[in-house]
Amino acid sequence: MTLRNCLLAVAAASLLAGPAYAVQLSIVSGSVGTDIQELRGQLDEYEKQSGNTVKIVEMPASTTDQFGQYRLWLSAGNSDIDVYRTDVIWAPQLAADFVDLSQAMKDEIPKQIPSIIQSQTVNGKLVAFPMYTDAPALYYRKDLLDKYGMKPPKTWAELTETAKTIQDKERAAGNKQMNGFVFQGAPYEGLTCDALEWVASHGGGQIVAPNGDITINNPKAVAALEQAKGWIGTIAPEGVLAYKEEESRGVWQTGNAVFMRNWPYAYPLGEGKDSAVAGKFAVEPLPAGKDGKSAACLGGWNLAVSKYSKHQKEAIDLVKFLTSEKAEKERALGAARLPTIPSLYSDPDIVKRQPIVAKWKDVVAGAVPRPSAPTKKQYNEVSKDFWTAVNETLAGRGSAKENLTKLDHQLRRLKRGGWE
Amino acid sequence: MANVSLGAPPTDKAIAAEERGAALKSDLSRQRLRAAWLFLAPMLLVLALVAGWPLLKTIWYSFTDASLSDLANAKFVGIRNYWEYVDYGDGTGEHFGLFFDSGWWNAVWNTVYYAVISVSIETVLGLVFALVLNAEFVGRGFVRAAVLIPWAIPTIVSAKMWAWMMNDQFGILNDMLMSIGLISAPIAWTANPDTAMWAVIIVDVWKTTPFMALLILAGLQMVPGDVYEAAKIDGVHPVKVFFKVTLPLIRPAILVAVIFRALDALRVFDLIYVLTPNNSQTKSMSVFAQENLFQFDKFAYGSAASTFLFLVIALITLFYIKVARLDLGGRGT
Repeated sequence: MTLRNCLLAVAAASLLAGPAYAVQLSIVSGSVGTDIQELRGQLDEYEKQSGNTVKIVEMPASTTDQFGQYRLWLSAGNSDIDVYRTDVIWAPQLAADFVDLSQAMKDEIPKQIPSIIQSQTVNGKLVAFPMYTDAPALYYRKDLLDKYGMKPPKTWAELTETAKTIQDKERAAGNKQMNGFVFQGAPYEGLTCDALEWVASHGGGQIVAPNGDITINNPKAVAALEQAKGWIGTIAPEGVLAYKEEESRGVWQTGNAVFMRNWPYAYPLGEGKDSAVAGKFAVEPLPAGKDGKSAACLGGWNLAVSKYSKHQKEAIDLVKFLTSEKAEKERALGAARLPTIPSLYSDPDIVKRQPIVAKWKDVVAGAVPRPSAPTKKQYNEVSKDFWTAVNETLAGRGSAKENLTKLDHQLRRLKRGGWE
Repeated sequence: MANVSLGAPPTDKAIAAEERGAALKSDLSRQRLRAAWLFLAPMLLVLALVAGWPLLKTIWYSFTDASLSDLANAKFVGIRNYWEYVDYGDGTGEHFGLFFDSGWWNAVWNTVYYAVISVSIETVLGLVFALVLNAEFVGRGFVRAAVLIPWAIPTIVSAKMWAWMMNDQFGILNDMLMSIGLISAPIAWTANPDTAMWAVIIVDVWKTTPFMALLILAGLQMVPGDVYEAAKIDGVHPVKVFFKVTLPLIRPAILVAVIFRALDALRVFDLIYVLTPNNSQTKSMSVFAQENLFQFDKFAYGSAASTFLFLVIALITLFYIKVARLDLGGRGT
């Protein structure tokens, strides 16, 4: 009997003592490039500092896939996940399931870029706190452009011509695998970004205007999509219609593309030891359309604390740790993730080691947001209808005019009385 | 006793037993009936809990305005998710709802197309495999095990594996086809609208033909050897033996295998979701339902799609059983 009592006492003590000193947190994050290694490194540091342990639940790269799973967990009131890494476009759709961070983070908020904080605020509630922001770049092969005496393109028309010339000459010289341009053409959220850039840079608006009006069916948008359609099978491989970020980076980093549209994370990876293009490339802002100016789609990821977490206090601490100036700087140095704290763009270490970050300050400032704010909870469906219309156009199923007219009707049906 | 009328092949013995049972309902048979129900009860209960309840719940949600973030407060809205006419007040109006959603009908068409083509190919190939595996040869055990490997690999893994093999730039499939000169330029299998559905069908055939082969092989092994001996002595041509003897005898096994596969194919999700996600040429009914349930804020609409999906599968199955039973009856008597 005494032995049993002893065991019971030990068990009870360990149950009581365990949570009092250290808690186990779970953070869920998608993974592109070196995201997970980067996060693990910072979490190890946090664990040492706080005594808590943090487990990473790894998700697929596609933001669309992640969202479906998170929505499911959150509506089931799942308490296993404490911190979610959320896409910039999700705030209005998931606002009800996350803790309001505006009080807990009130000292940190003034240091951040105001428009990003704004994008994560829904009806006065700060749904998620910025971890890093994102704005894409045009990657180009400096060595190849120099070889053929060409300059980085300022317009999409120049890009088309340069890509075609270099691709054809390289292929004639025996480099059969060479492609002119790779981007994200698969039907998913990434294509909404790419196509929004084409449309916006032609002066064709942002699909749905900030006041909620549907503006996508206009001649400039049609021209932008027709131009992109012309790339498929000429300067872009047909397979681009199934490429996401990592597939395009695969083609680029093996040295088989002259141009690539991608986010800054591809920069340090392209300079890596296993990269065939290390030291041979540079970046520029995306080209402009006819009579338009360069447009970069605003991306970026944030951290949100689940309303159903049993350790909200510790989870908020973790968010603070991962969004601190120090953490953002590390992320910029290691993975070229763009900081959401403006002062970091002129930080001497970053300027020296990740020139793309320093150079991207203005691009971030002028980035075009997707219409997630005006379309509220219906954004995902708007985005799906848009990327479907674009993907079908690129694949040669219907002209841009036909598909955008159809899209216009679809969006009108979706909106009915107003976005909700 | 009761299962005779549920489509199992009627043997003479069973039919006789049925007739006897109908003629005199003795105490003994009533007692046995009670015992049968008792033994069935746990299974029925579990089935009601894990299949019946969710199904009823889904049907209920399809008549409400449920949103995933607020399921508890779902209100009944009638058939709005299936059919709704919105009058714009100026003499014009528009039909809304699942029945008027071209995206949904596209998904229905894709699914049926996929199911018919893939199951047909799998049945023919499965039959060929089964015939080969039924023959006596050295290493038959090894070959039988090897054939089953694709079936043993989880769908997600095989879909990812094939996605890489079909990759337009690095894929081995293009490399092989190009080196033997069948194609001159790499094909973007999963991206090209003309090949996307075929890419899905190819992977499905690769994966599930072994399953078909296994079921048909089981049927083949039930065929008594003396029938073949008799045919051999009579000097019947092997092709004729196959069509006149083997095929009719294994027909029940094939019919069962086909319905298993057809049910599976009609609710296909994982393979398409991994291989060609969001592609409107391959979007199946299940993918459509998942998209509305979890991606969009339209839980009720997605429930309506799920309910309809259930109805479509149920109808096709009933129709099939009806047709198949007619065949069985024609053989039995």
